[in-house]
Amino acid sequence: MTKSGKPKSTTAMTESITGKDSPEAKAFQKKIDADITIEPKDWMPEAYRHTLIRQMSQHAHSEIVGMLPEGNWIGRAPSLRRKMILLAKVQDEAGHGLYLYSATETLGISRDQMIEQLHSGSAKYSSIFNYPTLTWADMGAIGWLVDGAAIMNQVPLCRTSFGPYARAMVRICKEESFHQRQGYEIMIAMAHGSPAQKVMAQSAIDRWWWPSLMMFGPPDADSPHSAQSLKWKIKRTSNDTLRQKFIDVTVPQAEFLGLEVPDPDLKWNKKRDHYDFGEIDWDEFYQVISGNGPCNKERLDARIKAWEDGKWVRDAALAYEQKKQAAAA
Amino acid sequence: MTNKNKQMALVEYAQRLGDNSLILGQRLGEWCGHGPQLELDIALTNFSLDMIGQANLYLGYAGEVEGKSRDADAMAYLRDELEFRNCLLVEQPNGDFGQTIMRHFLFSTFQHLHLEALQSSKDETLAGIAGKAIKEVAYHVKFSADWVRRLGGGTPESHQRMQTALDNLWRFTGELFETDGVDALLLAEGIAVDLSALQDPWNTAVQTVLKDAGLRLPKGQVVVSGGRKGNHSEHLGPMLAEMQFLQRAYPGLDW
Ligand SMILES: [Fe+2]
Ligand SMILES: [Fe+2]
Repeated sequence: MTKSGKPKSTTAMTESITGKDSPEAKAFQKKIDADITIEPKDWMPEAYRHTLIRQMSQHAHSEIVGMLPEGNWIGRAPSLRRKMILLAKVQDEAGHGLYLYSATETLGISRDQMIEQLHSGSAKYSSIFNYPTLTWADMGAIGWLVDGAAIMNQVPLCRTSFGPYARAMVRICKEESFHQRQGYEIMIAMAHGSPAQKVMAQSAIDRWWWPSLMMFGPPDADSPHSAQSLKWKIKRTSNDTLRQKFIDVTVPQAEFLGLEVPDPDLKWNKKRDHYDFGEIDWDEFYQVISGNGPCNKERLDARIKAWEDGKWVRDAALAYEQKKQAAAA
Repeated sequence: MTNKNKQMALVEYAQRLGDNSLILGQRLGEWCGHGPQLELDIALTNFSLDMIGQANLYLGYAGEVEGKSRDADAMAYLRDELEFRNCLLVEQPNGDFGQTIMRHFLFSTFQHLHLEALQSSKDETLAGIAGKAIKEVAYHVKFSADWVRRLGGGTPESHQRMQTALDNLWRFTGELFETDGVDALLLAEGIAVDLSALQDPWNTAVQTVLKDAGLRLPKGQVVVSGGRKGNHSEHLGPMLAEMQFLQRAYPGLDW
């Protein structure tokens, strides 16, 4: 039901023909270099627009698909307080999706088009949400590790070059710290709880640790879009830098919990002033990204079902609006 | 009337109010991530959150008055089906979005009238909870009434679905106004709301919206009731099994 401007692909064609040495392109890069924010009506290279649409819609989809693994435990939250916190948290994620879809629409694609791309598989979402949530401790691990990694990724994006994206990220980041805190609070309660709870807590970190590290994307050397995105300041920090930062911050938190990080090669390196860590299983990453993770099918099926089941509601709302307008005219 | 009787009635009364909110909140939470549209997903989750918040207050108070060191969680998680005091309407399955909205409209219209009166209860705690909850519920009424109109008057399909929802749920609405000794006792004390006085305003409010929506009241339906006495439909049990799972499987832990 969202309305937005038409895709600007026809004018874009001519722009891309003008090439990256055109006066517009040079002026554009100059603005970027001077940290001047790009706004929707400003001239931009077509590839910049496409990169943003890809990244921002992927980000929006991640917020929405990300509601499902946590939604799995709303009904079973162990106390009223926990239930309220989890509801509020998942609701925040829906709100994040909303901000991001709106921000992406300023680039000339509608929310319905983006949703269509998600359902057809041509748009991606973060691979982390293709893992199942098996115990209540997973609510802790998701808040602590997944939202923690998301914050690491998102804080630099508050300074991304595209204005609507940067502003959406500022709003989102404000809410994310609560997400991480509530997750870590669950981890504390469980890691310091009964033997059964400790088992759940350890199992959660065992299962969520590596996928969380993968959230920063492939190593810089294998990250196809990274260099250009850095040049355009869509991206502000490299994948490997962020990953290292996340590990450095998170390992002491795991130690405080008395939980073991499932990486035998993890070791403080005095010389580097960073943790060394083991090899990430990138095969798994690419498998999950290409649709073969444990829950890819379930996640997408759930989204498609919600969308299809809701069609009559959206159609009715539209028909009602039209009738009202006709009556008023 | 003895103080003991009054105390027991008050526990029961607070449980009724708390269980209505809790069970409806639990039901609405099932929508999270599955709504017809992002905005509606957010709205339903928000309603769920409001309801659980109210339940927390009512049930906490029930435990306090009871004086057996049961807190709101013990009330929510450690009572079994027969001890739940909610009306049957709120435990009915979500069905499609139309049924959820119809259920919410019928209930929150009642709840709003109830809270309005409860605000002047002589029991300060209940009056306080009502004062807080009424602001939330006023929005629930507006939102659900708007959607009943929209879906009733939208497409032939949406109209049909709303009529089905109404036909399905109407039989549970009579129970909302049923009274018993607990009501009588607390009404005499100036604590409880006079439910019989709510029936007419509720009928008027509901029928105005249903008329706008072009929906017809089902004729000749029998009132189904019993929730308050613990005689629930088969829908409550599985819901409690889900909700109470962790507290039952791992008793007495902090989470
Ligand atoms: Fe988020
Ligand atoms: Fe989050």
